[in-house]
Amino acid sequence: MKRKLLALLMAATMVFGLAACGSKAAKGTDASGGASDGLIKVGIINNDPNESGYRTANVADLKAMFTKENGYDASFAYSLKNDEQIQAAQQFIADDVDYLLLSAADTAGWDSVLKDAQAAGIHVILFDRTIDADDSLYDASIVSDMAAEGETAVDWLAGQGLDSYKVIHIQGVMGSAAQQGRSGALDTKVAAESNWEIVTQQTAEWNAEKAQQIVQSVIDSGKEFNVIYAENDDMAKGAVAALDAAGISHGVGKDVIVMGFDCNKWALEELLAQNWNYDGQCNPFQASYIDEIIKTIEGGSAPAEKVVIMEEKGFDATTITKEDVEKYGI
Amino acid sequence: MSKTKQNDSFLRRLISNQMFIPLLALVLLAIINLINDPSFFKISVQLNNAGNAVLSGYLITILDYGSELAILAIGMTLVTAASGGQDISVGATIAIAGSAMLHVLCGGVARPTELATPVFVAFLVACLVGMACGLFNGLLVAIFKIQPMIATLILFTAGRSIAAWINNNELPIVPDPKFAYFGGFIPGIPIPTTVFIAAACIIIMALVLKFTNLGLYTQAVGINEKSSRLNGINPTFIKILAFIILGLCVAVAALIKVSRLSTINYSVIAKDIEMDAILAVALGGNSLSGGKFNIWASILGAYVIQFLTTTLYKFEVSSDALAAYKAIVVIILVVFSAPTVRDYMGRLGKQLRAKKEVA
Repeated sequence: MKRKLLALLMAATMVFGLAACGSKAAKGTDASGGASDGLIKVGIINNDPNESGYRTANVADLKAMFTKENGYDASFAYSLKNDEQIQAAQQFIADDVDYLLLSAADTAGWDSVLKDAQAAGIHVILFDRTIDADDSLYDASIVSDMAAEGETAVDWLAGQGLDSYKVIHIQGVMGSAAQQGRSGALDTKVAAESNWEIVTQQTAEWNAEKAQQIVQSVIDSGKEFNVIYAENDDMAKGAVAALDAAGISHGVGKDVIVMGFDCNKWALEELLAQNWNYDGQCNPFQASYIDEIIKTIEGGSAPAEKVVIMEEKGFDATTITKEDVEKYGI
Repeated sequence: MSKTKQNDSFLRRLISNQMFIPLLALVLLAIINLINDPSFFKISVQLNNAGNAVLSGYLITILDYGSELAILAIGMTLVTAASGGQDISVGATIAIAGSAMLHVLCGGVARPTELATPVFVAFLVACLVGMACGLFNGLLVAIFKIQPMIATLILFTAGRSIAAWINNNELPIVPDPKFAYFGGFIPGIPIPTTVFIAAACIIIMALVLKFTNLGLYTQAVGINEKSSRLNGINPTFIKILAFIILGLCVAVAALIKVSRLSTINYSVIAKDIEMDAILAVALGGNSLSGGKFNIWASILGAYVIQFLTTTLYKFEVSSDALAAYKAIVVIILVVFSAPTVRDYMGRLGKQLRAKKEVA
């Protein structure tokens, strides 16, 4: 009897523990009824904060902006799956939020739910990621131009003046805007130049372990390569781990050029140490832009620009400074 | 005549042996690679960036990356045999144990300059966390009689969030290069450390199975819970024990995973590894509904899966299509182990033998 009781207690504590952790995600439903106290009700749909350093910084930025002190009553819903995000959007529409902020997991499938939002008089603002829907369905979108990010990176690489470019191309989750933009620029360049060649092109789905295995496989096959073009920092890190194990030198003035994206602080530190060569920025700080747009709409006018493209940089290991790491690292 | 009979019985013994399917798969894969490109089997010595001479080549890669799966296959086989179900929370609990280990190693600081605690202590903490997760799953299965797959669904869903919560959503990086030895190479030893870790786990398991009644009791519980109780075995304890052992395996796998990159990403680390571990058990010819089991066949199955993965990478199969190939393996396995197909094969075999005797 005692043992059963103990077991029950332990199970109960763990279940409560789970419930405590789960409450963050469940907030979407319990934060209703705030419109009466003069706060602007905002429903924010985002990807899982643990997805990457980028997302963690993005979520922290939004959470710091949309607070009661700043006049907002915000509810958050997180998912990496499009259908779950659409469900959350429907929930927010049913809760009658004033604004729906959306970073879509997938570009497709949003038409009908956004039409519902429009019918309910809810303003929709896209952030971080754009979607395949008519632009009359949203009020504004604040996005990174992933294609421009890719072009900046590829231009930088072309500027290195190598005799031949043999690139290992490690892609993110196929179909995501970041993957399409960053892959597109490289694919175009490789197709256009005769001395550019892709040794292998594989998706590691933003996953460092997978990137490590992919690069390991190229090393085992004995193929030559001199550039690693990884579409985020995590994957670049995985690739570098494989290089280190095989005794292939990488970084400034070494055998292999390493390129990453997102500007995680630790990645910029690798640049500073000249172990990597390039890191492309992907600006996660959209909250202040969104706040400005909401203020404009609340003031009764339409936002000046429908699509706001954030300024983004690319960092070169030979010119990066400590200040850059502090300022732009996420 | 007697010679053919001997051959016949040898063949039958071979086919009925549990190791047959994974061995066959291994030989098939080896032949495919041999025909395609014999250099697949080449092993060379080269210096790594830390300045150590290490072995490298596809075979080493398979042994290296297959380690985690082999370790997990040990625990998964026991859980399958005892409870007649599978634990699908393995990947998520690796994230939890790994996150706890990082937290202890880095002392809760995202960018520490030195280790806050010795690796040994951190590993011990990871073991405790892994065992606690196992205990939680085990209690749900053994005492509350919840289907294992449903019971472990809880941690499967919540695990990665718990892992992120442990470290406050930060991704600490272990500063000490010595920590990378566990997932890499120890200076002076050309074989990946992971191979030694996997070997140690396998040897410990072999000793446990040889010198205790764990194997026998687990089978008894898996075959018939009621009669095992009548024979004085405590099925609840055996089931919980199986989950706790799997929890230990998870902690060891987490050590390797964290060490490989000195950090982890909670949402993607060891993603879908539970499916590979279950596949390893199935590939080893173990019944997924519990009872008799053969751990060695599961371990071999794990390396076969890694062999398949590495082969597919070599053929530059798109990595998001890997799952589809594994699915084909699952389909073949499931079809061949289905009772109707087995009956049919048995009848066919008898007919063939009968014909031979007539001739």
